[in-house]
Amino acid sequence: MSDLNDLYQEVILDHNRRPRNFHALADASHTAEGYNPLCGDRLTLYLKLADGRIEDVSFEGAGCAISKASASMMTDALKGRSVAEADALFSRFHRMVTTPPDEAVEDLGKLSSLAGVREFPVRVKCASLAWHTLKAAMANEKRTSTE
Amino acid sequence: MKVTAPLVDLQWVERVRADFPILQRTVHGRPLVYLDNAATTQKPQAVLDAMTSYYTTINANVHRGVHELSERATEAYEASRERVRRFVNAASTREIIFTRNATEGINLVASSFARPRLQPGDEILISAIEHHSNIVPWQLVCEASGGVLRVAPVDDEGELAAEAFAALMTPRTKLVAVTHMSNALGTIPPVLDIIRMAHERGIAVLIDASQAAYHMPIDVRALDCDFLVATGHKLYGPTGIGVLYGKEAHLEAMPPFMGGGDMIASVSFERSTWNVLPYKFEAGTPHIAGAIVLGAALDYIDSIGFDAIGAHERDLLEYGTAMLDGIGGVRIIGRARRKASILSFVMDGVHPHDIGTIVDREGVAIRTGHHCAQPVMERFGIAATARASLAMYNTREEIDTLGVALKRVREVFS
Repeated sequence: MSDLNDLYQEVILDHNRRPRNFHALADASHTAEGYNPLCGDRLTLYLKLADGRIEDVSFEGAGCAISKASASMMTDALKGRSVAEADALFSRFHRMVTTPPDEAVEDLGKLSSLAGVREFPVRVKCASLAWHTLKAAMANEKRTSTE
Repeated sequence: MKVTAPLVDLQWVERVRADFPILQRTVHGRPLVYLDNAATTQKPQAVLDAMTSYYTTINANVHRGVHELSERATEAYEASRERVRRFVNAASTREIIFTRNATEGINLVASSFARPRLQPGDEILISAIEHHSNIVPWQLVCEASGGVLRVAPVDDEGELAAEAFAALMTPRTKLVAVTHMSNALGTIPPVLDIIRMAHERGIAVLIDASQAAYHMPIDVRALDCDFLVATGHKLYGPTGIGVLYGKEAHLEAMPPFMGGGDMIASVSFERSTWNVLPYKFEAGTPHIAGAIVLGAALDYIDSIGFDAIGAHERDLLEYGTAMLDGIGGVRIIGRARRKASILSFVMDGVHPHDIGTIVDREGVAIRTGHHCAQPVMERFGIAATARASLAMYNTREEIDTLGVALKRVREVFS
């Protein structure tokens, strides 16, 4: 049962119950939609970029606890960061959730609470959805969708 | 919790379980509780033995060689076709086409029956509770020919009314395609009435029996359906083999679906002619082993009998419904008066995907998601459900284990 507790840590459950930055962003400069066809998780990511920096970021959508918590924590972690920093964080997060469960991973602070998905291969996509949507949003100048 | 006594004795289900080797295994250290039967069923030893026996004794290509093995393989392949004919009570083996699965059967009818008949503005009528496989082929055919797809509605209980169907049948309706049992809700629509009403208006009907075929007897002559599809892997048989039944007059008039070997009478560069039924629709080397082993699976089902299977599964459905109703915050989706073997549900504050992961750790296999029926999910205003689906080898104890696992879900999300 310990791996279940690894997956559903208190911090994740808390972000699932009370997702941060969970709203639309009227003055967003970039948006993208993420969709996980396996489970039907859907989220819309809103970015307000100015001078290569993330001034504001938010999301909306419906999904499992892992995808919702991951999106919530991601938006918290991104505010105020430069696009380059966000790109780097994407890579570090991606490395963390795709490293085999018996190997050590870099400490990413709160985001590390999602390292538990490594024990649940089909759930890695849930944790990654928000991040892939972020990538798609940053790659496009205008409103767009990954689908 | 009020439940009736089991209608069948416990030894019966224990005997059935003993026929399925996989049920002995554990998952995450717990005994496997397999409740994902609507996705695919497990295979009895008789089916596994038939597979081995085919490959160790008579493996050869069919309808070709004069040698002993080819003759034996052909004999077994055709004997299995006869077995399927009896299973669905078709008039002739010429009406039984082996396909890869139910999806291929539907695509065959869409391509060879619907497409040539469909003029711009003509309609195909389906229901709101179809599997994607009974939606998308019709969309493709409508797109290609300017046809229109109409959808008969489902009510809040998951009920499909024959009258709602009839109301959408117009002089332009060329085909009705409807499920015999919903994979997402368990609803058993009034197919007999729907077929009768369609025929009164001269409309052909395809029945998707993928789910129904392993829960209840299928009789294509009693139904009087024009086409019916089923898939082997839900009939306790192998994947990759399915069945299309079609009325001979229809099949005879239809052009081939795929071209290739075995489906021809003669080939020249100027012109080829088609083989007789059913071979006209079986291009290329078929899934010989699959077809033969499907015959063994149907023998197995017959040896148990749908009377016993139905009684046992009804008891489990009632027991499972009471169990889920007894858990606060759990809501069953689909409460049709006539339904079978499907317990689709949602839980307040917990996404089905999380339910699936947590109960899996208790050894319980359920399906979570949209069940290839996204329009159904949309109709009920949800993104997904958790679905426990029952088969002959499930037990009340397994339902109890699901109940315990769901309480564990509550604990995690408390």
